[in-house]
Amino acid sequence: MGHLSYEEGKKVVFKGLIILGIVTLVEVFVALLGKGYIIDGFHLPVWLMYMLMISMSLYKAYFIVYEFMHMKYEVPGLVKSVLLPTLLLTWMLIAFFSEASTWRKWRAQVNDKPIAAFSAPAAETHHDTEHKDGSPSEVEGHAAPVDSMAALPDTTHAPVKDEPKPEKHH
Amino acid sequence: MSSDHSAHSHDTHASAPSWEGGSEPFKASYGKLMMWYFLLSDAFTFSAFLVAYGTLRFSMPTWPVPDFVFSTLPFGIHHQPLIFVTIMTFVLIMSSVTMVRAVQEGHRENKKGVVYWMFLTIIGGLMFLGCQAWEWTTLIKGESMSITKNPFGTHTENGVYLEGDGHDIKEGDRFEAGQSYLIHYHDGHYQPLKMKTDAGEIKVQQMGPKAFGALFFFITGFHGFHVFSGVVFLLIIMLNVASGIYSKRKNGYEMVEKIGLYWHFVDLVWVFVFLVFYLL
Repeated sequence: MGHLSYEEGKKVVFKGLIILGIVTLVEVFVALLGKGYIIDGFHLPVWLMYMLMISMSLYKAYFIVYEFMHMKYEVPGLVKSVLLPTLLLTWMLIAFFSEASTWRKWRAQVNDKPIAAFSAPAAETHHDTEHKDGSPSEVEGHAAPVDSMAALPDTTHAPVKDEPKPEKHH
Repeated sequence: MSSDHSAHSHDTHASAPSWEGGSEPFKASYGKLMMWYFLLSDAFTFSAFLVAYGTLRFSMPTWPVPDFVFSTLPFGIHHQPLIFVTIMTFVLIMSSVTMVRAVQEGHRENKKGVVYWMFLTIIGGLMFLGCQAWEWTTLIKGESMSITKNPFGTHTENGVYLEGDGHDIKEGDRFEAGQSYLIHYHDGHYQPLKMKTDAGEIKVQQMGPKAFGALFFFITGFHGFHVFSGVVFLLIIMLNVASGIYSKRKNGYEMVEKIGLYWHFVDLVWVFVFLVFYLL
């Protein structure tokens, strides 16, 4: 329940509108500036852009929860029981992103191999099946290494074989 | 129990011991507390979706550039990155603000005020849904993205196009690694363009990572479904307010406060959907 007078409450609403609006505009501005849409040829470093945008979003989230949802005026027990469990997400972020970076490395490894050697014979069949439903072949792009992931355990340590396994996926 | 005394000292109106339901350690009603825990669980669901998006994106060598994908506005305006989605964000912020006003009027037991501000909130929700419907239509009908096909590819090398697509790309146009493109769909097929890389290779455009479409439609769709059900609940509660049943309860329109929590949560989720899908 609000511990503010009616007039004070109305002020908070107005303040909230201004703050959320301005922070959103700044976020969009940083995104466009950082990616070179505003000043030709000017880019921000990606880490800086990400840090700015993530911290501004977290600030917006804090403001919505604490002011608009009145978390500021709840008793500490309630606040903790709702907010502390979200810390579990830290584990989730770390676990999934470290996994993702491993996948990325694998894909890069497969890309470095002369992939044509083991995907070329499959390329013809690949081509045919893909064209039936109208999409282009995915032989040369990054999609090919993804499909070849099945063959990865055999090829990471051994040299690429002359006689490749036929791909089962297509 | 030994905690009875301390619980009593904080609680002036309750007479029963804490564990028999007499006092409210969190000073919040059952309904409001459960709304908070529901929102917490919902936050985990959305986090899982967004982390899945991040994981797949981070594991791919290329990903469609959001300000290329989301750059269309109504009335035939193109190449205005992020503008439409910024408007959507403002619509949602506005409706969050009107919701706060409705809750405040509820605390004053001002029935007319609650109905007025809730009505504006509903309008905001419907406007947001309309914007989302338009955005989806553009992607599905105009750009032929589906949950299994993603025509938004990204160049991995520099080079020149050997043919044009009749839209934005002309023969001889240069492209650079990291730029995204849209493979147009007509005559029943996607029509990838031929191009020549600076290394001298002849290639055709490749479709983008498959997961992109599914992630986009499921995550924004799940959020849109929350907005939709929020609008339905707001409508029901607004009608109840107008009928006067909450003024009889004399509890400061607590039902309005509860739906208000839900509505702010929808705005809160959008903050992160906006960040993850459109800004990063």
